[in-house]
Amino acid sequence: MKNVKVLGTGCANCKTTVDLIRKVAEEKGVNIELEKIEDIQEIIKYGVMSTPGVVLDGKVVHAGGVPSRNSISQWL
Amino acid sequence: MSNAVSHQQHTTAIERIMAMPARHPIIFLFMAALLWLLVYTNLSDFSAMIVSGLPLDQEGHLADTLRFLIFEAPKVLMLLTAVVMVMGMINSWFTPERTRAMLAGKHEGVGNVMAASLGILTPFCSCSAVPLFIGFVQAGVPLGVTFSFLIAAPMVNEVALTLLFALVGWKVALLYLGLGLSIAISAGWVIGRLHMEAYLEDWVRDLETTTNVDVDAVSMTMSERLQSGFQSVKDIVGRVWIYVVVGVAIGAGIHAYVPEDLMAGLMGKDASWWSVPTAILMGVPMYSNAAGIIPIVEALLDKGAALGTVLAFMMSVIALSFPEMVILRKVLKLRLIAVFAGIVASGILLVGIVFNLIL
Repeated sequence: MKNVKVLGTGCANCKTTVDLIRKVAEEKGVNIELEKIEDIQEIIKYGVMSTPGVVLDGKVVHAGGVPSRNSISQWL
Repeated sequence: MSNAVSHQQHTTAIERIMAMPARHPIIFLFMAALLWLLVYTNLSDFSAMIVSGLPLDQEGHLADTLRFLIFEAPKVLMLLTAVVMVMGMINSWFTPERTRAMLAGKHEGVGNVMAASLGILTPFCSCSAVPLFIGFVQAGVPLGVTFSFLIAAPMVNEVALTLLFALVGWKVALLYLGLGLSIAISAGWVIGRLHMEAYLEDWVRDLETTTNVDVDAVSMTMSERLQSGFQSVKDIVGRVWIYVVVGVAIGAGIHAYVPEDLMAGLMGKDASWWSVPTAILMGVPMYSNAAGIIPIVEALLDKGAALGTVLAFMMSVIALSFPEMVILRKVLKLRLIAVFAGIVASGILLVGIVFNLIL
């Protein structure tokens, strides 16, 4: 099972990102473990500067803005 | 949109148009620009036509207000869409990571100037202020240089400049650009001189410096940049259009109903010395963005408010926002936040007073 973390301090875009990832995963029927990380010190550890960021199995795959449907689909 | 590309045999006219940005980005841009120009240049006649068809006193306040509203709001929104689109594409060259790489190791002085200028071009949202701040400091960007960036990024941006240009005129827009940059550069420089590194929160100070500043080497194609332009339009125009409409409506109300003497007395050139500081203080708790405040600024100016006072008010609303300081409290100690607010406020005060004196 893939582990997906969304990094964001709680702005609207971060929420959109979480919802979008959940939706795409449901559509594809993929089981994922989805986490939202709001703690700033945690976020910094991943070296992300612009939120929302997306971490896939411990690796940063995206930063700065809501990811596109296509890219989410590819990650899963 | 990319789906339309893969099923070429079934393309209908609509699908073909939808696929255009992906397949022929340059042609698409060119045609969109032509269409935009055509609509934009005919807006004034169009609004006059609509209002003349309405059953109301054509010379009255209400007709004036409506004419202004129907013409002004679409005009500003169209201009904003075009600029945000172009800036969205330009922004795709200036990611925060790349900006950081350009600023790392720069000395004060040159660094402050670069940071403030890059602040205009780098996409910035106040919710990213903290990660960005830490990212900069961690990469060895000096504290003062980081502050120059943080002050310029929200204050001097394409939305503010476009609206000033559209509503107040290019001279004031240029003035705002120059003054905003000067405040960001000098405030950052002063903070750097004060050596306030001790007033970062302890955990921020103790972070290890990252030596390998990796710039993402992914190069984007033209159609991807176009997509990022669309995305900014969706994000930014989608977020600020309501502020523009409400701002223009309030502005129209001020135009029609606020007596000139009252405004000139409160905010005019010959108003008391405290009009600039009061304008700044009033701006701090107001949390609006450039989009909402500029239509009001235009109306205030028209009613005889002094340019310096109005500029100070506007800068204070945008640059000194209380919510942003609360966010920054996570990484800065209170004393550094106070110094930051104090220096920026003094800069704005100076701008306001000097302008009222010389103009």
